[in-house]
Amino acid sequence: MWEYTDKVREHFLNPRNVGEVDQPDGVAEVGSIACGDAIKLSFKLDENKRIQEAKFKTFGCASAIASSSALTEMIKGMTLEEAQKVTNQDIATYLGGLPEEKMHCSVMGKEALEKAIENYQGAPAKEPGAQIVCECFGVTDREIERAVRENNLTTVEDVTNYTKAGGGCGNCHDAIRQIIERVRAEAKPAATPKMTNIQKIRMIEEALEREIRPSLKHDGGDIELIDVVGNRVIVAVRGACAVCKASESTLKLFVEAKLRELVSPDLIIEEVAP
Amino acid sequence: MNTVYLDNNATTQVAPEVLEAMLPYFHEYYGNPSSMHSFGGQVAKKLREAREQVAALIGATPDEIIFTSCGTESDNAAIRSALATYPERRHIVTSRVEHPAVKVLCAHLAGQGYRITELPVDKNGLLDMEQFVGSLTPDTAVVSLMWANNETGVIFPVEKAAELAHERGIPFHTDAVQSTGKIPIDLKKSMIDMLSFSGHKLHAPKGIGVLYVRKGTRFSPFLIGGHQEKGRRGGTENTPSIIGMGKACELAARHLSAENSAVRRLRDRLEEALLARIPQCRVNGDILQRLPNTTNISFEFVEGEGILLLMNEYAICASSGSACTSGSLQPSHVLRAMGVPFTMAHGSIRFSLSTYNTEEEIDFVIEKLPPIIERLRGMSPYWTSVAQACASV
Repeated sequence: MWEYTDKVREHFLNPRNVGEVDQPDGVAEVGSIACGDAIKLSFKLDENKRIQEAKFKTFGCASAIASSSALTEMIKGMTLEEAQKVTNQDIATYLGGLPEEKMHCSVMGKEALEKAIENYQGAPAKEPGAQIVCECFGVTDREIERAVRENNLTTVEDVTNYTKAGGGCGNCHDAIRQIIERVRAEAKPAATPKMTNIQKIRMIEEALEREIRPSLKHDGGDIELIDVVGNRVIVAVRGACAVCKASESTLKLFVEAKLRELVSPDLIIEEVAP
Repeated sequence: MNTVYLDNNATTQVAPEVLEAMLPYFHEYYGNPSSMHSFGGQVAKKLREAREQVAALIGATPDEIIFTSCGTESDNAAIRSALATYPERRHIVTSRVEHPAVKVLCAHLAGQGYRITELPVDKNGLLDMEQFVGSLTPDTAVVSLMWANNETGVIFPVEKAAELAHERGIPFHTDAVQSTGKIPIDLKKSMIDMLSFSGHKLHAPKGIGVLYVRKGTRFSPFLIGGHQEKGRRGGTENTPSIIGMGKACELAARHLSAENSAVRRLRDRLEEALLARIPQCRVNGDILQRLPNTTNISFEFVEGEGILLLMNEYAICASSGSACTSGSLQPSHVLRAMGVPFTMAHGSIRFSLSTYNTEEEIDFVIEKLPPIIERLRGMSPYWTSVAQACASV
């Protein structure tokens, strides 16, 4: 039996926003019945261009249904720009985590959201130039590249857990391995200190927003970037973190490690003097 | 809430009589049956009785019974023994729908240079006997075919297959884990050389298995050690479990007719009611050549894990062949081998009954399952379009 969090169970047993939005502004379908899961997502904007209503129909396991339910709850009230920033990790975090083998459910939600927004904006639904790598599940190189980049994947097994690619006949394992190597090789030069200070600050902000804040918020905490001086990143902790005795080690072990991995390996994190 | 346990092909409850028979052999009569003193000797006597009870269930003689730790050990021991007996032969014949205990072992042996023929099955899960005969060669070291399939309950004609293999001088092994105690087995009348089964599928505890080896069949042990089991399986005997296994086999022999009447009736009642009340579903596997306790039903446009978890809310236990529950990304290899479309395989549920199930339990499932399927279909993007298409006809 899968180890689901109470939140996954709850969203599966009482899913929010099941159905299809009447006269939607954006709609998308991803996955297929043959793959074992599929989602149809539709949304409607209000006069301020914020998502007023979002609904889903999902064929799939409990975590696919829970991920869809969570996604529709999360994006309500967001602008499309904000919604575009929602990552599959955010969906998983919202649900208190998903079993590693089920991460592809959150990826599917993210893809549906992206395609629904593209559908609203009138952009092509298929990424141009994308090549199918995994024939069994119809997964493209672009999808694998993105999953590797956004979730820092290192093995074929990781990629299968997140995208399903490689979970069938296994013929594409070499191709997946090559994509992992390529993406990781590309990621490294970006992290060398050739960047300008503005670029560095932007990347730190983005890493905080995408990777770090959701985890801290999960425990009732938050973090704010105060300044960047050379390689010193000066931050202030907020909420539960401000009174938490473990916050110092959280900063070193988690925040600093994440920033070093995502931005530059020589960053040093410092808490602003109270 | 009372548990409604319809997952007896996964494992079964230990029968109260079995537990009772076993208990004294943990703390009271704990002697080693190999000891010279009568404290151990009395346990050896009890093991002899158990061996007789086991042999009687399958029409064997007691010295043809080897106790092992599980069905998987029995399967491994049988196949490896045949390979050791004919080291010059490099070919194994099996089927695409075997249990992992045989299937994964054969894949492993393929890695060591053995040639494996995995016989296909038709859409009902049945073998083509002509194709079977065609697969047998002078190089074939062993045939291993399951007696009944764990997922669909489909029965293979293993007695006939064993004869055909024998005519060509090829040893025949069958994994009878699912069929033992559910359908009559009489090995006196068959040419089967080796047969495996497991205690926990017939109301004995987990951790005890049996390997039958026909008298005259050469056997090369898998576990090498002491003289136990006449040197065919080293290791101090699991005395309480062997005694429990004996009792369970005695009970199974007694319940065999009930299994084929009362249990079959309950299974048919469940199957007929679900097929009648739920649109777009079908039974997987041949409905005649099938165990009396098993039904495997596919509910189209929904995914099995969701069904299992919603049934779980009512404490109803069953299994699914869907990808999500298998831990892999593909639905069950058995359903795929039968050519069941993925759309059907993902929504497959196996109900497997035992003599402990009641009519009330079956009626409870018949009442609770249709709304569960309807609810999941209400969330499925595929169901709406199908429902609309049907309505417009």
